[in-house]
Amino acid sequence: MSSGRCAACRYLRRRCTEDCILSPYFPSNNPQRFVSVHRIYGASNVTKLLLQLPTHLRAEAADSLYFEAQCRLEDPVYGCVGLIFMLQQQIHAAESQLVKTQAEIAVMKSQGQNPEAQQAEQDFNNLLLQQSDNDAALSFPNQVSSGFI
Amino acid sequence: MGGSSPCASCKLLRRRCAKDCIFAPYFPSDEPHKFAIVHKVFGASNVSKMLQELPILQRADAVSSLVYEANARVRDPVYGCVGAISYLKNQISQLQMQLAVAQTEILCIQMQQQESALPTQIHQDDCKPFLLANNNNLDSISQYLNFASSSNVIQDPADLKRESFWT
Repeated sequence: MSSGRCAACRYLRRRCTEDCILSPYFPSNNPQRFVSVHRIYGASNVTKLLLQLPTHLRAEAADSLYFEAQCRLEDPVYGCVGLIFMLQQQIHAAESQLVKTQAEIAVMKSQGQNPEAQQAEQDFNNLLLQQSDNDAALSFPNQVSSGFI
Repeated sequence: MGGSSPCASCKLLRRRCAKDCIFAPYFPSDEPHKFAIVHKVFGASNVSKMLQELPILQRADAVSSLVYEANARVRDPVYGCVGAISYLKNQISQLQMQLAVAQTEILCIQMQQQESALPTQIHQDDCKPFLLANNNNLDSISQYLNFASSSNVIQDPADLKRESFWT
């Protein structure tokens, strides 16, 4: 006969009561989920955090805590902040590429209207050079202190 | 000659700040809020364990990221940093969409320029309804790109290794 304890109470070796706040979010069939969260936050901090929230938001909160805990276990230095930094870099790269592409469109359109528009082509080349300089100027010797804190 | 003042952690925890206090280099006494928020979210003992497992050179960055995460969690107790991650992913998706549209427009213009010598000319405005109608439909755009034999479409970021943890 199974004891019916949630993963949290099983890990903490305590009785799992009917009103255990952790049991809905840390079921016994996924013990690793609680282990990860407990390693980073600790059971009491997780309990306190969930108790602050209305019941209908606790599942999302537990999921996000698990996600962040997993990120921190995989990358003990930067955790999910490393992922945020990577996404910001991707956004910057995509924005640069979009600007270049839109400039290219402008040049192509102007060339289409005036096939001998060499000045427009020169402007476009200058813009490309400018973008290359901007990209080269980006350096992140210290990822965390480079902007988002 | 007085002793140096205790670090913010030892001040908050009300204990003697030893010379080899693991927190002292990263939680100076003039920034009490920094340790307070990290302690609130992670707990002092967890932070201590985390720092002990890291080489000394990486601890400053680790503390900075922990402070960032703790601040995010206090501001948004439900989603914490995950809220920011979702927002950034949405931004990337939108930018990729705009980029795909722009690249399609380039192909359209190139096709028009190549066919400008043909008797039946495609007017530039003919492309616009297509682009506008399919602005939110990447499938249509990719079909158009396949027709144009393009290999210049930006790919989805394939290296978001944490995608599997969060849907």
